Amino acid sequence: MRKRLSAVLISALALSACGSGGDDSSDGAAAASCAPSSGPVTITYTTWIPGIENVVKAWNDKNPTIQVKVQTGPNGNGGTYQNFFNQLKAGNPPDLGHIEYDALPSFRVQDGLLDVASCDIVAQAKDQFIPWTWNQVSFGDEKSAWGIPQDSGPMALFYRADLFEKNGIAIPKTWDEYAAAAEKVKAAGGYITNFSQSDINQFAGFTWQAGGRWFANDGQQWTVNLTDDKTKKVADYWQSLISKKLVSTVPPWTTEWDNAYNSSSAWTWVSAVWGANSIMSGAPRTAGKWRVAPMPQWSAGENVAGNWGGSATAIFKNSKHPYEAAKFALWLNTSEEALALLNKEAQLYPATTAGTTYSYLANPVGFYGDQKIYEVFAEAATKVTPDFTWGPTMTSTYANASDGFKAAVSGKGTLSDALAATQKSTVETLKSQAIPVKE
Amino acid sequence: MTATTTPPVRQRVLPMLVMAVCTVYFLVPIWWLFVGASKSSEQFTSTAPLWFADFHLIGNIGDLLAYRDGLFLRWLLNSLLYTGGAALLGTVLAAMCGYALAKYRFRGRELLFNVVLSGVLVPATALALPLFLIFSKVDATNTFWSVFLPSLVNPFGVYLARIYATASVPDDLLEAARIDGSGEIRTFFTVSTRLMLPALVTIFLFHFVAVWNNFLLPLIMLSDERLFPVTLGLYTWNTQVNQIPELRGLVIVGALLSITPLVIAFLLLQRFWRNGLGAGAVK
Repeated sequence: MRKRLSAVLISALALSACGSGGDDSSDGAAAASCAPSSGPVTITYTTWIPGIENVVKAWNDKNPTIQVKVQTGPNGNGGTYQNFFNQLKAGNPPDLGHIEYDALPSFRVQDGLLDVASCDIVAQAKDQFIPWTWNQVSFGDEKSAWGIPQDSGPMALFYRADLFEKNGIAIPKTWDEYAAAAEKVKAAGGYITNFSQSDINQFAGFTWQAGGRWFANDGQQWTVNLTDDKTKKVADYWQSLISKKLVSTVPPWTTEWDNAYNSSSAWTWVSAVWGANSIMSGAPRTAGKWRVAPMPQWSAGENVAGNWGGSATAIFKNSKHPYEAAKFALWLNTSEEALALLNKEAQLYPATTAGTTYSYLANPVGFYGDQKIYEVFAEAATKVTPDFTWGPTMTSTYANASDGFKAAVSGKGTLSDALAATQKSTVETLKSQAIPVKE
Repeated sequence: MTATTTPPVRQRVLPMLVMAVCTVYFLVPIWWLFVGASKSSEQFTSTAPLWFADFHLIGNIGDLLAYRDGLFLRWLLNSLLYTGGAALLGTVLAAMCGYALAKYRFRGRELLFNVVLSGVLVPATALALPLFLIFSKVDATNTFWSVFLPSLVNPFGVYLARIYATASVPDDLLEAARIDGSGEIRTFFTVSTRLMLPALVTIFLFHFVAVWNNFLLPLIMLSDERLFPVTLGLYTWNTQVNQIPELRGLVIVGALLSITPLVIAFLLLQRFWRNGLGAGAVK
């Protein structure tokens, strides 16, 4: 009982802090919280980026007074986020943590993060980032930043140029054309794409592009809106493709999924920039036959992209060396050296404006018929709408939506039904965690 | 051995059929794992999952052992230390405790035994988070000891050891040893443990499997990948498959290699285990 009460208090405090923005804290106190330490320091950084040791080594070699120690674990939802929460409870979180954009609000609500906008060097670096990525860490509040953007996942259309050409189908520029093409692809014996039944994040990317806004926070209360018109439009669109059996529906990240692409059964994939690597390794037999085009649009002539994935480097509240941590995080996420290494080791796509134009992203890619595919994504990165906000309980929202989507795919209910049910359960989850929510 | 009577054929068919179905059910995943581990990553998705394509097992193992300077070998070694070490030491502790409860009369003996026994009911998973908070207090998380020390405890082993010691170590023998001038500890290690050996092997195996399968504790405690046991390491890789699809092949080969020690341990020790279980049961 007592524990519960304190949890309520903490969330309430977190939100009121959230609401008052930076106004209450005097600038002096804020600056002091991000003062350089005297003497050499060692900071800890927990992340699951593959090959991060090599990136950190490049920093450690040049910065003997700020040594970074890497800690690792499974990906965020696989256990590392829970570990962060445990460590926050025990008072021993690392200085820096890898947190995906959609998980950042839950750490904010638990009051686990340092507002890095209080660090001068971070505030000065703000303009280097693509504005929408900065919004993912500031939650739309000019004066705050709850982490430093690391990578992004602008979306585009991967398609099988050879199959489209052979069957005389034009590359769809709008979602209407995409649905029309789906019929023709079906007639030619394929599926236009695979609707990832259990991965709600792709659907979130579609919604992001269409202008749906699932969550909002006015500083006092959260608003949950999984059933707005835009979201409904996207849900109905995909529901119609599923009902007409124009798309396959195998689960993502499985061998079946790989096989759908490897065997030329699925012809396109509307996915994020990192998807380039998924196809490359999952469908080696289709090498040279893929191309990339901008994402289909809801109205002809528009140019809007969605985003799927991306993460931030956050500094935990009790860090003893926030200045050094911020300095390292900025190097990691803005310097050409680090970004090139991150791209080489883990295919991370940068969140900075300059990053998208660096030379390592300018090369033609053999798997894509020597197309310079990253030019398409660099363009898309600037076309992502800036004001999409994630909620503080995404794990349960995803789980509920994913259950509903799986049912819809097997013919029980529709995607809209699933979203309506998720809307209800999300509001309940927020309430059960004593997070104020508007109904 | 008493003479066993053979039941009529019809009565044997059904059990055999059930056993056969179970055997297939349990062996198919292992077969799949073996076949999968022998394929190149390209053929893995494009060929029949339950039959061989080109045989690449040796090359795959080579890739796995070479990946990140043999990190996988280090994980295997860690697992062996955590599991083997904890099982060995834990068995000795459980045996001593069970033996003492069986052979010495002292106040509160039954109470103590009941407290230990109630520990059987508490799943290791439920203790992981409290243990993490305790180890945090003494700044010992993310160390070898944070996984090793909690793994030593085995209430079920104490229970088995007590039952078995009561049944297999005669009081007269201990009396004789005392008269001959042997100290209690010496008697325990030279006389009693030999009599209890089948039970000790059983306890060791149970403990080994329990520690091997206790995934949550290292997941919560450890953040230095050089301390990971192989289960946590493979799981970590598996969660990164989205980013580095090549890891999938390594995870499959790694899973095959990581079950090998368990299979060997069972094949070698199953004889003892059967004996131990049987002896415990008739008591």
